[in-house]
Amino acid sequence: MSQTARIFVFALLLCSAWSAPVRAELTVVIREGVTNAIPVAVVPFGWTGADATPFDFAEVVANDLARSGRFAPMDRADMVSRPTSAAAVDFSDWRLLGAEIVVIGTLKPVAAGGYAVDFQLFDAVRGSQMLAYTLPTDRQGFRATAHRISDLVYEALTGERGAFSTRIAYVSVDDGRYELIVADADGANQQVVVRSTEPLMSPSWSPDSTQLAYVAFSEYGSSVYVQELASGNRREISARPGVNGAPAWSPDGRRLALALSDNWGNVDVHITTLDSGETQRLTNHPAIDTEPAWSESGDEVYFTSDRAGGPQVYRVAASGGTPQRVTFEGNYNARPRLAPNQSKLAVVHNDRGRYRIALVDLRSGATQVLTEGRLDESPSFAPNGSMIIYATEDQGAGVLAAVSTDGRIHQRLVSQAGDVREPVWSPFLTP
Amino acid sequence: MKQLSTAALLVCMLAIAACGGRKATTDDDSGTVVEPPTTSETTPIRPTPSQPELTAEQRRQMELQKLLATRTLYFDYDEFEIKPDYMDVLAAHASNLADDRSQRIVIEGHCDERGSREYNIGLGERRAQAVRRVLMLQGVSASQIQTISYGEERPAAPGHNEQAWARNRRAEIVYR
Repeated sequence: MSQTARIFVFALLLCSAWSAPVRAELTVVIREGVTNAIPVAVVPFGWTGADATPFDFAEVVANDLARSGRFAPMDRADMVSRPTSAAAVDFSDWRLLGAEIVVIGTLKPVAAGGYAVDFQLFDAVRGSQMLAYTLPTDRQGFRATAHRISDLVYEALTGERGAFSTRIAYVSVDDGRYELIVADADGANQQVVVRSTEPLMSPSWSPDSTQLAYVAFSEYGSSVYVQELASGNRREISARPGVNGAPAWSPDGRRLALALSDNWGNVDVHITTLDSGETQRLTNHPAIDTEPAWSESGDEVYFTSDRAGGPQVYRVAASGGTPQRVTFEGNYNARPRLAPNQSKLAVVHNDRGRYRIALVDLRSGATQVLTEGRLDESPSFAPNGSMIIYATEDQGAGVLAAVSTDGRIHQRLVSQAGDVREPVWSPFLTP
Repeated sequence: MKQLSTAALLVCMLAIAACGGRKATTDDDSGTVVEPPTTSETTPIRPTPSQPELTAEQRRQMELQKLLATRTLYFDYDEFEIKPDYMDVLAAHASNLADDRSQRIVIEGHCDERGSREYNIGLGERRAQAVRRVLMLQGVSASQIQTISYGEERPAAPGHNEQAWARNRRAEIVYR
């Protein structure tokens, strides 16, 4: 091959590598569920319109319930009937098949191109109806409506609000290309928020889930940005010389806690009011003070500090004052995140040389290690407190995983290419 | 004779031990690693040079260039203290920068991947600042130096083991 031809082929390879799809598509895999998962039958939904059904609601609902680790959906092939109305549900048949819970539904076209989904939830053991809803929807909203059904079913069966209608943000890195991505909690509907050839870090959801704060690097260093998801409009919040990092949105959505450094590289927690841009220092110590997290009331800020030697978690009033140390077990507890019920902290904990996600009980101080990896980091609670999503390493690649807060259910969110990291679960999308 | 070679071997071993067990590997993109300080006992006897003798000034220049070629300083785990081995390297960079005030550098601070990312940003900044401080104490102007901490975001070695981590805990001096 001539020299020119060789260069041409190489250039072609380079181009194709560059234009190859870089989306890190996520698939959720249950690695370990509860042994007494409740058997449910989510019957394929009926469709009253012409042609084939435009969307498989039952599949999305069954996958959601399976993903929670608490339910074991029945295989469709094992269903002897596919009822779409209450009258057609034969409880004794379902009991014989081992299903304790039955979900049925029907999708109906309504006027003006809209749709409605009827669904009902039955306790097959008692032979009683537990829920019956009609939800209006449209073609773009089918998937969201299916997650809404999962939320209602989950809440009826567990007494705890479902978190299937939520989103996650995470960072994907492939061959030096960084992407900040948001996706549905099941990994579907991925949307790239920002792309860069420099590191992207530390996404944080606004309390209303419409904006993300994050850190982006340029050749001049790090900056903190706030970006509106719908429009893509972003604004720079902090770009001092040195460190601009760890943004955390206050519960009222009006302030950001940040880690900022001074002229001598000393990192402290600061609070910026978004409207005025006014920034105040919250901690003042030669140690590294970073990774702030707000309490739900907005009165307190938890943060990581190595003022006692190694990194530990401290708590300080958001109005200022003397920080109190809150973690004592082990030589490394960092990146605190508060459980939605405020009783526990999820932290990165050094467990005999392995970095794992642990829960620290704020009352007793007891530490419970939840994960089994070597390099686990970035814990983030589901808004209902049932699961913690985090980043781990598998065969040299960064992957996402989730664990139930009781430690019994383990999921892996499998990506096709590159490293994925820093997952952050959104708040509830509806009040 | 046997006794003599054993003694020589012992001296060599002591010299290796004195270098603190630091790996003598070189970084692909960052020039050479600092040689351990040699003691008088281990100074090798140079063969008679066949080329004309270099002047003292030429030798000084060569030594300086060699030191300036080192642009990566390695750190211990969760540490930001500069190892004494690097003081000659930093002195060379300081005199180079102080001699020409138009020169600008970025000091990048980096960490290994263990632990949380933003804490590592803080640690990387400390490493970069530790280097900055030494340079400023030796006459470099603050306006010549910018620091950027990349934390664990830009590893030099891709692995997930002790060897890779040792190469990733570093500060890099980048001339602009």
